[in-house]
Amino acid sequence: MTTAVPISLEVNRERIEAHVLPRVNLADFLREHLKLTGTHVGCEHGVCGACTVRVNGEIVRSCLMLAVQTHGASVETIEGLSDSGEIADLQAAFRDRNALQCGYCTPGMLMAAKALLDRNPSPTRAEVVEAISGNICRCTGYEPIINAVLAAATSGRARA
Amino acid sequence: MKATAFAYARATSVANALDLLAAHGGEAKVLSGGQSLMPAMNLRLISPELIVDIGELSELRGIAVKDDVLTIGALTRHVDLLRSPEIAAHAPLLAEAIAHVAHPAIRNRGTIGGSLAHADPASELPACMLALGATIVVRGSSGERRIAAEEFFTGIYETALSSQELLVAVELPAAQKHSAHFFHEFARRHGDYAIVGLAAQAKVSNGIFADLRLGFFAVGDKPLLAKAAVRLIDVAVNPAVLAEAAQALDDELDPQEDQQASPAMRRHLAKVLLARGVAALLQRPDLNPGATA
Repeated sequence: MTTAVPISLEVNRERIEAHVLPRVNLADFLREHLKLTGTHVGCEHGVCGACTVRVNGEIVRSCLMLAVQTHGASVETIEGLSDSGEIADLQAAFRDRNALQCGYCTPGMLMAAKALLDRNPSPTRAEVVEAISGNICRCTGYEPIINAVLAAATSGRARA
Repeated sequence: MKATAFAYARATSVANALDLLAAHGGEAKVLSGGQSLMPAMNLRLISPELIVDIGELSELRGIAVKDDVLTIGALTRHVDLLRSPEIAAHAPLLAEAIAHVAHPAIRNRGTIGGSLAHADPASELPACMLALGATIVVRGSSGERRIAAEEFFTGIYETALSSQELLVAVELPAAQKHSAHFFHEFARRHGDYAIVGLAAQAKVSNGIFADLRLGFFAVGDKPLLAKAAVRLIDVAVNPAVLAEAAQALDDELDPQEDQQASPAMRRHLAKVLLARGVAALLQRPDLNPGATA
Protein backbone atom coordinates (compact mmCIF):
# COMPACT_ATOMS: atom_id res chain seq x y z
CA MET A 1 0.00 0.00 0.00
CA THR A 2 3.00 2.35 0.00
CA THR A 3 2.54 2.48 -3.75
CA ALA A 4 1.39 5.53 -5.67
CA VAL A 5 -2.22 6.64 -5.30
CA PRO A 6 -4.17 8.16 -8.19
CA ILE A 7 -5.44 11.69 -7.57
CA SER A 8 -7.46 14.12 -9.61
CA LEU A 9 -7.47 17.78 -8.67
CA GLU A 10 -7.53 21.27 -10.08
CA VAL A 11 -4.42 23.41 -9.91
CA ASN A 12 -4.80 27.04 -10.98
CA ARG A 13 -8.03 26.04 -12.75
CA GLU A 14 -6.33 23.31 -14.75
CA ARG A 15 -7.35 19.66 -14.26
CA ILE A 16 -4.45 17.52 -13.06
CA GLU A 17 -4.44 13.72 -12.98
CA ALA A 18 -1.46 12.19 -11.23
CA HIS A 19 -0.15 9.24 -9.28
CA VAL A 20 1.64 10.20 -6.07
CA LEU A 21 3.25 8.36 -3.20
CA PRO A 22 1.36 8.99 0.04
CA ARG A 23 4.41 10.55 1.70
CA VAL A 24 4.67 13.36 -0.86
CA ASN A 25 3.41 16.61 0.60
CA LEU A 26 1.52 19.17 -1.44
CA ALA A 27 4.46 21.62 -1.58
CA ASP A 28 6.75 18.99 -3.09
CA PHE A 29 4.01 17.81 -5.44
CA LEU A 30 3.56 21.35 -6.77
CA ARG A 31 7.28 21.99 -7.08
CA GLU A 32 8.64 18.62 -8.20
CA HIS A 33 5.77 17.13 -10.15
CA LEU A 34 4.12 20.23 -11.59
CA LYS A 35 7.24 22.44 -11.65
CA LEU A 36 5.31 25.25 -9.96
CA THR A 37 8.32 26.50 -8.02
CA GLY A 38 6.75 29.75 -6.82
CA THR A 39 5.61 27.87 -3.73
CA HIS A 40 8.67 27.86 -1.49
CA VAL A 41 9.69 25.27 1.03
CA GLY A 42 11.28 26.58 4.21
CA CYS A 43 10.89 24.81 7.53
CA GLU A 44 8.73 21.87 6.44
CA HIS A 45 6.89 21.84 9.74
CA GLY A 46 4.42 24.67 9.45
CA VAL A 47 6.31 27.43 11.18
CA CYS A 48 7.64 29.68 8.39
CA GLY A 49 4.67 30.13 6.05
CA ALA A 50 6.76 30.17 2.84
CA CYS A 51 4.73 27.29 1.37
CA THR A 52 1.30 28.89 1.87
CA VAL A 53 -1.15 28.09 -0.94
CA ARG A 54 -4.93 28.07 -1.31
CA VAL A 55 -6.94 24.86 -1.12
CA ASN A 56 -10.64 25.20 -1.84
CA GLY A 57 -10.34 28.94 -1.39
CA GLU A 58 -8.66 28.89 2.04
CA ILE A 59 -4.96 29.39 2.70
CA VAL A 60 -3.10 26.37 4.08
CA ARG A 61 0.46 25.23 4.66
CA SER A 62 1.27 23.01 1.69
CA CYS A 63 4.04 21.30 3.68
CA LEU A 64 1.42 20.13 6.19
CA MET A 65 -0.91 18.58 3.65
CA LEU A 66 -0.35 15.40 1.72
CA ALA A 67 -0.82 15.60 -2.02
CA VAL A 68 -3.24 12.66 -1.74
CA GLN A 69 -5.44 14.79 0.53
CA THR A 70 -6.07 17.21 -2.34
CA HIS A 71 -7.93 14.60 -4.37
CA GLY A 72 -11.05 16.38 -5.62
CA ALA A 73 -9.83 19.76 -4.36
CA SER A 74 -9.03 23.04 -6.06
CA VAL A 75 -5.50 24.29 -5.40
CA GLU A 76 -4.29 27.79 -6.23
CA THR A 77 -0.63 28.77 -6.10
CA ILE A 78 1.17 32.08 -6.39
CA GLU A 79 1.48 31.44 -10.14
CA GLY A 80 -2.30 31.27 -10.48
CA LEU A 81 -2.97 34.38 -8.38
CA SER A 82 -0.26 36.28 -10.21
CA ASP A 83 -1.35 35.32 -13.73
CA SER A 84 -5.01 36.13 -13.07
CA GLY A 85 -4.16 39.65 -11.89
CA GLU A 86 -5.92 38.94 -8.60
CA ILE A 87 -3.01 40.19 -6.49
CA ALA A 88 -1.68 42.86 -8.87
CA ASP A 89 -2.36 45.63 -6.31
CA LEU A 90 -0.52 43.78 -3.58
CA GLN A 91 2.41 42.98 -5.85
CA ALA A 92 2.68 46.63 -6.91
CA ALA A 93 2.52 47.76 -3.28
CA PHE A 94 5.24 45.25 -2.31
CA ARG A 95 7.48 46.62 -5.12
CA ASP A 96 6.80 50.27 -4.27
CA ARG A 97 7.45 49.84 -0.56
CA ASN A 98 10.50 47.57 -0.74
CA ALA A 99 8.54 44.82 0.96
CA LEU A 100 10.87 42.13 -0.35
CA GLN A 101 14.57 41.59 -0.62
CA CYS A 102 15.49 37.96 -1.19
CA GLY A 103 11.92 37.07 -2.10
CA TYR A 104 11.84 33.74 -0.30
CA CYS A 105 8.88 34.59 1.94
CA THR A 106 7.10 36.74 -0.65
CA PRO A 107 4.73 34.19 -2.23
CA GLY A 108 3.53 33.12 1.22
CA MET A 109 3.27 36.72 2.40
CA LEU A 110 1.15 37.61 -0.63
CA MET A 111 -1.11 34.60 -0.01
CA ALA A 112 -1.60 35.52 3.64
CA ALA A 113 -2.13 39.21 2.84
CA LYS A 114 -4.68 38.43 0.13
CA ALA A 115 -6.60 36.14 2.50
CA LEU A 116 -6.74 38.97 5.03
CA LEU A 117 -7.93 41.59 2.53
CA ASP A 118 -10.58 39.23 1.14
CA ARG A 119 -12.16 38.95 4.59
CA ASN A 120 -11.30 42.39 5.86
CA PRO A 121 -10.76 45.08 3.19
CA SER A 122 -9.94 47.75 5.80
CA PRO A 123 -7.59 46.09 8.30
CA THR A 124 -5.89 47.97 11.09
CA ARG A 125 -2.14 47.79 11.42
CA ALA A 126 -2.56 45.34 14.30
CA GLU A 127 -4.78 43.11 12.17
CA VAL A 128 -2.17 43.05 9.40
CA VAL A 129 0.51 42.14 11.92
CA GLU A 130 -1.61 39.30 13.22
CA ALA A 131 -2.53 38.06 9.73
CA ILE A 132 1.12 37.70 8.69
CA SER A 133 2.33 36.54 12.11
CA GLY A 134 2.64 33.00 10.77
CA ASN A 135 4.96 34.07 7.94
CA ILE A 136 8.63 34.57 8.67
CA CYS A 137 10.72 37.16 6.81
CA ARG A 138 14.45 37.42 7.56
CA CYS A 139 15.17 40.44 5.33
CA THR A 140 12.74 43.27 5.74
CA GLY A 141 12.00 43.51 9.45
CA TYR A 142 8.30 43.25 8.46
CA GLU A 143 7.53 46.99 8.57
CA PRO A 144 7.69 47.47 4.76
CA ILE A 145 5.46 44.41 4.31
CA ILE A 146 2.89 45.74 6.77
CA ASN A 147 3.02 49.15 5.04
CA ALA A 148 2.55 47.50 1.64
CA VAL A 149 -0.50 45.52 2.77
CA LEU A 150 -2.06 48.66 4.27
CA ALA A 151 -1.31 50.60 1.06
CA ALA A 152 -2.88 47.87 -1.08
CA ALA A 153 -5.95 47.93 1.15
CA THR A 154 -6.25 51.69 0.67
CA SER A 155 -5.84 51.51 -3.11
CA GLY A 156 -8.30 48.61 -3.28
CA ARG A 157 -10.91 50.65 -1.39
CA ALA A 158 -10.30 53.70 -3.59
CA ARG A 159 -11.19 51.65 -6.65
CA ALA A 160 -14.19 49.87 -5.14
CA MET B 1 12.84 16.93 6.39
CA LYS B 2 10.31 14.76 4.65
CA ALA B 3 8.08 12.10 6.15
CA THR B 4 9.18 8.48 5.80
CA ALA B 5 7.17 6.20 3.51
CA PHE B 6 3.79 5.00 4.74
CA ALA B 7 0.65 3.42 3.39
CA TYR B 8 -2.47 5.51 3.04
CA ALA B 9 -6.13 4.67 3.47
CA ARG B 10 -8.94 7.13 2.99
CA ALA B 11 -11.68 6.14 5.43
CA THR B 12 -15.13 6.03 3.87
CA SER B 13 -17.10 5.96 7.14
CA VAL B 14 -16.52 5.94 10.89
CA ALA B 15 -17.08 2.15 10.84
CA ASN B 16 -14.51 1.79 8.06
CA ALA B 17 -12.01 3.91 10.02
CA LEU B 18 -12.58 1.74 13.12
CA ASP B 19 -12.04 -1.42 11.06
CA LEU B 20 -8.74 -0.04 9.79
CA LEU B 21 -7.70 0.92 13.33
CA ALA B 22 -8.74 -2.46 14.70
CA ALA B 23 -6.54 -4.18 12.11
CA HIS B 24 -3.55 -1.81 12.25
CA GLY B 25 -4.10 0.33 15.39
CA GLY B 26 -0.59 0.14 16.83
CA GLU B 27 1.12 1.00 13.57
CA ALA B 28 -1.50 3.43 12.29
CA LYS B 29 -2.08 7.12 12.88
CA VAL B 30 -5.33 8.95 12.28
CA LEU B 31 -5.00 11.99 10.00
CA SER B 32 -7.64 14.66 10.47
CA GLY B 33 -6.38 18.24 9.90
CA GLY B 34 -2.75 17.16 9.99
CA GLN B 35 -1.46 20.32 11.63
CA SER B 36 0.21 18.44 14.49
CA LEU B 37 0.68 15.04 12.86
CA MET B 38 2.34 16.29 9.69
CA PRO B 39 5.03 18.35 11.48
CA ALA B 40 5.80 15.34 13.69
CA MET B 41 6.07 13.11 10.61
CA ASN B 42 8.13 15.62 8.62
CA LEU B 43 10.51 15.92 11.57
CA ARG B 44 10.53 12.10 11.77
CA LEU B 45 9.52 12.17 15.40
CA ILE B 46 7.00 9.55 14.39
CA SER B 47 6.93 7.20 11.40
CA PRO B 48 3.57 5.44 11.22
CA GLU B 49 3.20 2.55 8.81
CA LEU B 50 -0.35 3.49 7.90
CA ILE B 51 -2.18 6.80 7.74
CA VAL B 52 -5.95 6.56 8.14
CA ASP B 53 -7.30 9.76 6.62
CA ILE B 54 -10.66 10.65 8.18
CA GLY B 55 -10.82 14.05 6.47
CA GLU B 56 -13.77 13.10 4.28
CA LEU B 57 -16.05 11.96 7.11
CA SER B 58 -18.35 14.94 7.00
CA GLU B 59 -20.63 13.40 9.66
CA LEU B 60 -17.88 14.25 12.16
CA ARG B 61 -17.97 17.95 11.29
CA GLY B 62 -20.30 20.52 12.75
CA ILE B 63 -21.60 22.29 15.83
CA ALA B 64 -25.01 21.65 17.38
CA VAL B 65 -26.79 23.00 20.47
CA LYS B 66 -29.45 20.97 22.21
CA ASP B 67 -30.76 21.09 25.79
CA ASP B 68 -27.95 23.37 26.98
CA VAL B 69 -25.31 21.04 25.57
CA LEU B 70 -22.99 22.12 22.81
CA THR B 71 -21.78 19.20 20.68
CA ILE B 72 -18.77 19.79 18.46
CA GLY B 73 -17.82 17.16 15.89
CA ALA B 74 -14.19 16.06 15.99
CA LEU B 75 -13.47 17.27 12.45
CA THR B 76 -14.74 20.78 13.13
CA ARG B 77 -11.91 23.07 12.11
CA HIS B 78 -10.47 25.85 14.25
CA VAL B 79 -11.68 28.39 11.71
CA ASP B 80 -15.24 27.03 12.06
CA LEU B 81 -15.07 27.49 15.84
CA LEU B 82 -13.73 31.01 15.37
CA ARG B 83 -16.59 32.02 13.09
CA SER B 84 -19.41 30.10 14.76
CA PRO B 85 -22.21 32.15 16.33
CA GLU B 86 -23.09 29.11 18.51
CA ILE B 87 -19.59 28.99 19.96
CA ALA B 88 -19.55 32.75 20.50
CA ALA B 89 -22.90 32.57 22.32
CA HIS B 90 -22.52 29.35 24.32
CA ALA B 91 -18.77 28.87 24.78
CA PRO B 92 -17.19 32.32 24.53
CA LEU B 93 -14.07 31.01 26.29
CA LEU B 94 -13.45 28.71 23.34
CA ALA B 95 -14.10 31.51 20.84
CA GLU B 96 -11.50 33.65 22.56
CA ALA B 97 -8.96 30.86 22.95
CA ILE B 98 -9.13 29.70 19.35
CA ALA B 99 -7.81 33.04 18.09
CA HIS B 100 -4.56 32.18 19.89
CA VAL B 101 -4.19 28.79 18.20
CA ALA B 102 -1.45 29.16 15.59
CA HIS B 103 -2.12 31.22 12.46
CA PRO B 104 -4.93 31.55 9.89
CA ALA B 105 -3.43 29.02 7.44
CA ILE B 106 -3.16 26.46 10.24
CA ARG B 107 -6.59 27.23 11.72
CA ASN B 108 -8.06 26.56 8.27
CA ARG B 109 -6.94 22.92 8.52
CA GLY B 110 -6.53 22.06 12.19
CA THR B 111 -9.43 20.30 13.91
CA ILE B 112 -10.61 20.23 17.52
CA GLY B 113 -10.51 16.43 17.63
CA GLY B 114 -6.99 16.36 16.26
CA SER B 115 -5.79 18.92 18.77
CA LEU B 116 -7.31 17.04 21.71
CA ALA B 117 -6.09 13.62 20.57
CA HIS B 118 -2.61 15.04 20.02
CA ALA B 119 -2.67 16.44 23.60
CA ASP B 120 0.25 18.81 23.47
CA PRO B 121 0.52 20.11 27.04
CA ALA B 122 1.26 23.61 25.71
CA SER B 123 -1.79 23.81 23.46
CA GLU B 124 -4.87 25.84 24.24
CA LEU B 125 -7.80 23.54 23.53
CA PRO B 126 -7.09 20.77 26.08
CA ALA B 127 -6.98 23.37 28.87
CA CYS B 128 -10.24 24.88 27.59
CA MET B 129 -11.85 21.43 27.79
CA LEU B 130 -10.84 21.19 31.45
CA ALA B 131 -12.12 24.67 32.25
CA LEU B 132 -15.40 24.04 30.45
CA GLY B 133 -15.98 20.61 31.99
CA ALA B 134 -16.11 18.94 28.60
CA THR B 135 -16.94 15.33 27.86
CA ILE B 136 -14.82 13.67 25.18
CA VAL B 137 -16.78 11.16 23.10
CA VAL B 138 -14.75 8.32 21.58
CA ARG B 139 -15.87 5.35 19.53
CA GLY B 140 -14.31 1.93 19.19
CA SER B 141 -15.40 -1.34 17.62
CA SER B 142 -17.21 -2.25 20.85
CA GLY B 143 -19.11 1.02 21.09
CA GLU B 144 -18.90 4.51 22.48
CA ARG B 145 -17.11 5.77 25.58
CA ARG B 146 -17.68 9.13 27.18
CA ILE B 147 -14.66 10.42 29.06
CA ALA B 148 -14.51 13.49 31.30
CA ALA B 149 -11.83 15.90 30.12
CA GLU B 150 -10.14 15.57 33.52
CA GLU B 151 -9.64 11.85 32.87
CA PHE B 152 -8.76 12.21 29.21
CA PHE B 153 -5.37 13.92 29.29
CA THR B 154 -2.81 11.63 30.90
CA GLY B 155 0.64 12.95 29.91
CA ILE B 156 2.75 14.52 27.17
CA TYR B 157 0.93 13.60 23.95
CA GLU B 158 -0.88 10.92 25.96
CA THR B 159 -4.59 10.46 26.41
CA ALA B 160 -7.12 7.86 27.48
CA LEU B 161 -7.81 7.18 23.79
CA SER B 162 -6.66 3.72 22.71
CA SER B 163 -5.00 3.20 19.34
CA GLN B 164 -8.14 1.43 18.15
CA GLU B 165 -10.52 4.23 19.05
CA LEU B 166 -11.54 7.39 17.27
CA LEU B 167 -12.34 10.66 19.00
CA VAL B 168 -15.68 11.61 17.41
CA ALA B 169 -17.00 14.63 19.33
CA VAL B 170 -16.81 16.80 22.42
CA GLU B 171 -19.74 17.96 24.49
CA LEU B 172 -19.70 21.18 26.46
CA PRO B 173 -22.27 22.55 28.88
CA ALA B 174 -23.58 25.80 27.39
CA ALA B 175 -22.59 28.93 29.29
CA GLN B 176 -25.24 29.92 31.84
CA LYS B 177 -26.34 33.14 33.46
CA HIS B 178 -23.58 34.66 35.63
CA SER B 179 -20.95 32.82 33.60
CA ALA B 180 -17.67 34.61 33.14
CA HIS B 181 -14.52 33.54 31.35
CA PHE B 182 -10.90 34.56 31.09
CA PHE B 183 -8.23 33.55 28.62
CA HIS B 184 -4.67 34.70 28.39
CA GLU B 185 -1.39 33.21 27.33
CA PHE B 186 2.18 34.40 27.28
CA ALA B 187 3.86 33.69 23.96
CA ARG B 188 6.82 35.30 22.24
CA ARG B 189 4.90 35.69 18.99
CA HIS B 190 1.13 35.66 18.48
CA GLY B 191 0.15 32.14 17.46
CA ASP B 192 3.17 30.40 18.95
CA TYR B 193 2.77 27.76 21.61
CA ALA B 194 2.30 29.39 24.98
CA ILE B 195 5.09 29.77 27.54
CA VAL B 196 2.27 29.60 30.09
CA GLY B 197 -1.47 30.04 29.58
CA LEU B 198 -4.74 30.07 31.51
CA ALA B 199 -8.25 29.25 30.33
CA ALA B 200 -10.76 29.95 33.10
CA GLN B 201 -14.51 29.56 33.40
CA ALA B 202 -16.43 30.87 36.41
CA LYS B 203 -19.82 31.58 37.86
CA VAL B 204 -19.82 34.86 39.69
CA SER B 205 -22.66 35.94 41.95
CA ASN B 206 -22.55 39.21 43.89
CA GLY B 207 -18.81 39.48 43.52
CA ILE B 208 -18.17 35.95 44.84
CA PHE B 209 -17.13 32.89 42.87
CA ALA B 210 -19.94 30.31 42.97
CA ASP B 211 -17.74 28.16 40.74
CA LEU B 212 -14.26 28.55 39.31
CA ARG B 213 -12.40 26.24 36.95
CA LEU B 214 -8.81 27.18 36.14
CA GLY B 215 -7.28 25.31 33.21
CA PHE B 216 -3.55 26.03 33.05
CA PHE B 217 -1.43 24.91 30.12
CA ALA B 218 2.32 24.63 29.48
CA VAL B 219 2.84 24.19 33.24
CA GLY B 220 3.49 20.45 33.30
CA ASP B 221 3.19 17.26 31.29
CA LYS B 222 -0.53 17.78 30.77
CA PRO B 223 -3.08 20.55 31.15
CA LEU B 224 -3.87 21.24 34.81
CA LEU B 225 -7.28 21.85 36.34
CA ALA B 226 -5.99 23.72 39.37
CA LYS B 227 -7.32 22.50 42.70
CA ALA B 228 -6.24 25.83 44.15
CA ALA B 229 -9.45 27.24 42.70
CA VAL B 230 -11.48 25.87 45.64
CA ARG B 231 -9.74 28.39 47.92
CA LEU B 232 -11.40 31.17 45.96
CA ILE B 233 -14.94 29.78 45.82
CA ASP B 234 -17.65 31.03 48.19
CA VAL B 235 -15.31 33.44 49.92
CA ALA B 236 -14.77 37.16 49.72
CA VAL B 237 -11.52 37.27 47.81
CA ASN B 238 -8.92 39.65 49.19
CA PRO B 239 -5.16 39.86 48.62
CA ALA B 240 -4.47 37.40 51.48
CA VAL B 241 -6.91 34.80 50.09
CA LEU B 242 -5.42 35.25 46.63
CA ALA B 243 -1.89 34.84 47.99
CA GLU B 244 -2.90 31.56 49.66
CA ALA B 245 -4.43 30.34 46.41
CA ALA B 246 -1.24 31.31 44.55
CA GLN B 247 0.82 29.30 47.04
CA ALA B 248 -1.51 26.32 46.62
CA LEU B 249 -1.21 26.66 42.86
CA ASP B 250 2.57 26.70 43.09
CA ASP B 251 2.47 23.37 44.95
CA GLU B 252 0.45 21.82 42.10
CA LEU B 253 2.70 22.93 39.24
CA ASP B 254 5.38 20.76 37.72
CA PRO B 255 6.73 22.96 34.95
CA GLN B 256 9.28 21.73 32.45
CA GLU B 257 12.44 23.44 31.31
CA ASP B 258 12.73 24.14 27.60
CA GLN B 259 14.16 26.72 25.21
CA GLN B 260 11.39 29.16 26.04
CA ALA B 261 11.47 29.29 29.82
CA SER B 262 12.85 27.87 33.04
CA PRO B 263 10.55 26.15 35.56
CA ALA B 264 10.92 29.15 37.90
CA MET B 265 9.79 31.53 35.16
CA ARG B 266 6.79 29.35 34.40
CA ARG B 267 5.83 29.23 38.09
CA HIS B 268 6.04 33.00 38.25
CA LEU B 269 3.97 33.50 35.09
CA ALA B 270 1.30 31.03 36.23
CA LYS B 271 0.82 33.08 39.40
CA VAL B 272 0.71 36.29 37.37
CA LEU B 273 -2.06 34.75 35.27
CA LEU B 274 -3.93 33.61 38.38
CA ALA B 275 -4.01 37.16 39.75
CA ARG B 276 -4.95 38.65 36.39
CA GLY B 277 -7.64 36.07 35.81
CA VAL B 278 -9.23 36.42 39.24
CA ALA B 279 -9.15 40.23 39.01
CA ALA B 280 -10.73 40.15 35.56
CA LEU B 281 -13.40 37.57 36.43
CA LEU B 282 -14.46 39.42 39.59
CA GLN B 283 -13.98 42.82 37.93
CA ARG B 284 -11.70 43.74 40.81
CA PRO B 285 -8.65 45.52 39.39
CA ASP B 286 -7.46 46.07 42.98
CA LEU B 287 -6.58 42.34 43.16
CA ASN B 288 -4.01 42.77 40.41
CA PRO B 289 -2.26 46.00 41.36
CA GLY B 290 0.81 45.23 39.25
CA ALA B 291 -1.22 45.44 36.04
CA THR B 292 0.12 47.88 33.54
CA ALA B 293 -2.34 47.31 30.73
